[in-house]
Amino acid sequence: MANTNSNSKLRQFFAGDLWYSFVHSPVALISFMITALCLVLAFSAQVIAPFDIFDLAAIDLMDADLPPPWTSDEGDSRFILGTDDQGRDIWSGILYGAQISIFVGFSSVIISAIIGIALGLLAGYKGGRIDSFIMRVADIQLSFPAILIALLIDGVMRGLLPRELHDELAIYVLIFAISISGWVQYARTIRGSVMVEKHKEYVQAGQVIGLPQHIIALRHILPNVLSPIFVIGTIHLASAIITEATLSFLGVGMSPTTPSLGTLIRIGNEYLLSGEWWITLFPGAALVILVLSVNIFGDWLRDALNPKLQ
Amino acid sequence: MFSFLVKRLLQSIVVLIAVALIAFSLFKFVGDPINNMVGQDTTLDEREALRERLGLNDPFPIQFYHFITDAAVGDFGISYRHKIPVSDLIAERAPATLELSIISALLSVFIGIPMGVYTAIHRKGFISRSFMTLSLVGISLPTFLIGILFIFLFGVILRWLPTFGRGEVVAIGWWTTGLLTWSGIKSLILPSITLALFQMTLIMRLVRTEMLEVLCTDYVKFARARGLKENAVNFGHALKNTLIPVITIIGLQLGLVMAFAIITETVFQWPGMGMLFIQSIEEVDVPVMAAYLMMISLIFVGINLLVDILYAYVDPRLTIDGGSKHG
Amino acid sequence: MTLLATKNISIGFPSRHGMFVAVKDVSFSVEPGEILGIVGESGAGKSTVGNAIISLLQPPGKVISGEVWFNSKRIDNLSVEQKRRLRGKKIGMIFQDPQTSLDPLKTIKQQLVETIDLHLRLGRKGSEKRAIELLEQVGIPDPQLRMHHYPHQFSGGMRQRVVIALALCGEPELIIADEPTTALDVSVQKQILDLMRKLCIEKNVGMILVTHDMGVIAEVTDRVAVMYNSKLMEIGDTKQILGNPQHPYTQSLISAIPRPDKRIERFPLVTYIEDVIEPQDEFDLSSHWLGQSRDFSMQVEEDGTILQVKDLCMRFQISNSIFKSKRRYLDAVKMVNFSIKEGETFGIVGESGSGKSTIARMVTGLYQPYSGAVHFLGKEISAINHTPEVLAYRRQMQMVFQDPFSSLNARMRVMDIVAEPILFHKLAASKEEAQHIVLDLLKLVGMADDAYTKYPHQFSGGQRQRISIARALATRPRFLICDEPTSALDVSVQAQILNLLKDLQQELNLTMMFISHDLPVIRQMCDRVAVMQHGQILELAETEQLFSEPQHNYSKHLLSLMPKLDMITERPITVTAQAVQG
Repeated sequence: MANTNSNSKLRQFFAGDLWYSFVHSPVALISFMITALCLVLAFSAQVIAPFDIFDLAAIDLMDADLPPPWTSDEGDSRFILGTDDQGRDIWSGILYGAQISIFVGFSSVIISAIIGIALGLLAGYKGGRIDSFIMRVADIQLSFPAILIALLIDGVMRGLLPRELHDELAIYVLIFAISISGWVQYARTIRGSVMVEKHKEYVQAGQVIGLPQHIIALRHILPNVLSPIFVIGTIHLASAIITEATLSFLGVGMSPTTPSLGTLIRIGNEYLLSGEWWITLFPGAALVILVLSVNIFGDWLRDALNPKLQ
Repeated sequence: MFSFLVKRLLQSIVVLIAVALIAFSLFKFVGDPINNMVGQDTTLDEREALRERLGLNDPFPIQFYHFITDAAVGDFGISYRHKIPVSDLIAERAPATLELSIISALLSVFIGIPMGVYTAIHRKGFISRSFMTLSLVGISLPTFLIGILFIFLFGVILRWLPTFGRGEVVAIGWWTTGLLTWSGIKSLILPSITLALFQMTLIMRLVRTEMLEVLCTDYVKFARARGLKENAVNFGHALKNTLIPVITIIGLQLGLVMAFAIITETVFQWPGMGMLFIQSIEEVDVPVMAAYLMMISLIFVGINLLVDILYAYVDPRLTIDGGSKHG
Repeated sequence: MTLLATKNISIGFPSRHGMFVAVKDVSFSVEPGEILGIVGESGAGKSTVGNAIISLLQPPGKVISGEVWFNSKRIDNLSVEQKRRLRGKKIGMIFQDPQTSLDPLKTIKQQLVETIDLHLRLGRKGSEKRAIELLEQVGIPDPQLRMHHYPHQFSGGMRQRVVIALALCGEPELIIADEPTTALDVSVQKQILDLMRKLCIEKNVGMILVTHDMGVIAEVTDRVAVMYNSKLMEIGDTKQILGNPQHPYTQSLISAIPRPDKRIERFPLVTYIEDVIEPQDEFDLSSHWLGQSRDFSMQVEEDGTILQVKDLCMRFQISNSIFKSKRRYLDAVKMVNFSIKEGETFGIVGESGSGKSTIARMVTGLYQPYSGAVHFLGKEISAINHTPEVLAYRRQMQMVFQDPFSSLNARMRVMDIVAEPILFHKLAASKEEAQHIVLDLLKLVGMADDAYTKYPHQFSGGQRQRISIARALATRPRFLICDEPTSALDVSVQAQILNLLKDLQQELNLTMMFISHDLPVIRQMCDRVAVMQHGQILELAETEQLFSEPQHNYSKHLLSLMPKLDMITERPITVTAQAVQG
């Protein structure tokens, strides 16, 4: 039974309008393919990167600040995109850095979504005091942009943890900070839809049957309010990656020993004015390609799921 | 209507108290203030005496009360690092941030809204499609990267504009302004555009989405059915209905400009509150962190309250009673 | 001279599945001062015709062939700008929903003056004067003052009058009215129809009235065009179409209209319209799961009363305020008393806002009553709680809802929807048995064999309502509440559903509470009727007695508003199951 169930759901999906418009939209196809390519490259960094940037023994300060070989004679053909101030290969740095950026992004999105969906469902379904309380907290939370909250959490962690421990835990502090600031959007959207759905007659029918509240909320309402989550999630992924990069750029995110794309840009920024542009611009371009393709896909998804714009 | 505003005011106060509580908790739990104030050679007894004198042994509510009453008159204590009152630090830095933020906010509103309206009306046109594509690039470029690219392009390659600092400033009382000197204005161009770009694309996309919704409504269709000209329909009926829901969100966004200024200030080494805040975080300078937090939320809450009043003012459904619904 | 004529127009909507043709080869004409009705069920293409004439088709829709002539000039091939000049000035339009037809941020005066000045160039003063005259003509009292108000300050009926005034601003020669009274209560509906009739005669304006409601057609139109499945079936004088329909579709449609003047046992079979398997009596219900082992441990009271409602009140807070004195409440139901005997059908009739649905929701436990009590099978069940004991009582009572599009969970298969109550109440020994029962139930309500694997959106409104009924039966209830079960359905589908409910009641000895705003439907279904207004029961009587000798003034008023369908002649209607080609 379960098998035929999922089979026909898949079949329905491929026959549906969403799949049709996906296959017939070059924008959607290309942005999806670039995103997928970024993911594959980033997560096979350990295999395809020419150098292991975490291996201090493999780094030679003699190789520092080399430009890309195809722009200048000073370059070294081993370093296709040049090297940074410590002699690390930029291309390898980008691959490893993207891995960290994407990992932080995805983790934050998943955690935010889970918190947001749970609280939104609770607020929308229960209403009354619980709703007011959750939504007031959301309002207060919304008064502070993600960057500010993340900075604050980071500041607190710095005060509480010793320096080395802080660097080691930086990635988790980042994920925590970004997901804490991201749940509001999910919660608001879910709450709004739940408030609409719960007055629909199928919910009342469930109540008349005598179903307990948790079954009505989870089995009946939840599946009907989830579809906007995919759009929010996609766009949130892009903004979570940006937030991570920004924090690392500001020097409160990933440390230079385990750099993310933002850290790489920060390192390079100091050398930009002296003409060593490749240290900054290549990681920057990688970041933009990644975020842009995710955003374009999210934008397409939103329009495709909005019946009014058809 | 009155009830609505009172409710909003109460809400704002609750928000401020909540923020104050967070700010205060920073003092309580992050680092030891005494350690930050005295030298290594102070004895334990002296420390205890200081602790008592500063009221750090009082019960939590009393300390919180003192914190709030002090904060209300702008007293956040003394910066651990700079060893001068935080209020002086903030007052010195505030004009830089406010000038930058206000100019950027104006830019993003006065460019973002018309672009949003244009792209909604000419949904399928070439120009609006290009705008939409550009706006996607706009929200995909992190603010700091835009700043870096600007610096690289206009500062390093073309050498047209200054890339750091405020240039020459003129002091008017305690306020310093860069708007009265040529170098001040030139210094403002890159940072303000950098800061405005993200908000601008956001506002443009928001206005577009909202206006597309309004253009689908029955009253717009009925206005067309009465033979009204396209311009009368778009600007006479649709625009106002678009702007009402948009006002709130734009207010919210503009409140955030101040916070996003942190990034711009860091990139352009702009001597404002944002830079101060970043430094305070790196050095765990709690009084500055707390003061900045309170300051930002006060401005934010103020803007939102203003937006609520504006909202109530422009929407007759809020101010004028519905009268006979059943009849 | 003919005012407007369409010649073989076809309208299509290109989509990924090819061209969807919404209107095929439709020709008709309208004379000045004449009201032509276009009637049809949902999806017939009737509104599309109106939108095409005034060139406001929703993109990407377009006229793919045929011509539209207005005052002997062809207008379908004009430029966009020329078409705009016709709108409002020559051809006016009135939409269905007055709540959304007016710009909420502008006063009535601003909207009127803008339109008048555009078309008549009267200047500011002149336009204002004209606006007052128009408001007077459409029956807005005190127009000088009222014109400064915003739309939300008007009631629904008054707003529709304003909409009509706006449509008249350019002194058009033709008005297209798309379901102009559908969103209004019957009493208001009648006033608006009278107003439109009057204006057409006075100003010698032609009108196309698009509607699904035969009552409206009978009330005001001179001629009728009947549309079905994108095509024009029949066109002729209203009297002839209603009294002596020629086309089998029209015959079937008219036979499905509930008669206000007498009760009939069943609606004639209307197989023309929707694919439906007639419920087959292959079950012996007494030995089937449904009839078998019904829970008779709970007894009806000695006089046969199954449900008793005592002093029931409901109060909603409609505006909140921090000051207690400023909070406003709506008493939706005020001190209502009635009792229902086992096996009868008890009707509640009233206009929207009369509190009839609120009563249903208090009886089923969806709302907690403000005060008063509900006794069911001798037990007080008004408090919302889910103790197993109360649950056992509640299981005996089920509800069929109004909107077939929202009453089924779109993410669940029909099988799971209908099986859920059986499994939840453990009414079947195993999952397999439950699935068997579901298949039987679906067959009982007339669904095709493969229905159980599908999702709700794959069915039409009528079929969904059948699924909804099957779900209600799945707890083996003795008492069924039907809250406007057919008001969202087309008239022919309504007839089928009403037949089904009647059959089920007989076979299962169900007690029913039947709620409707539609008096003819009430007459066909109910044994006793309560007439409600403003939360109170004004009259409670045997159905036939209510219709022959209403006591209360409000009942008399409601009865007087029933559509006059005298034109429908009494004659045996032979409906053929012949399908329409194409």
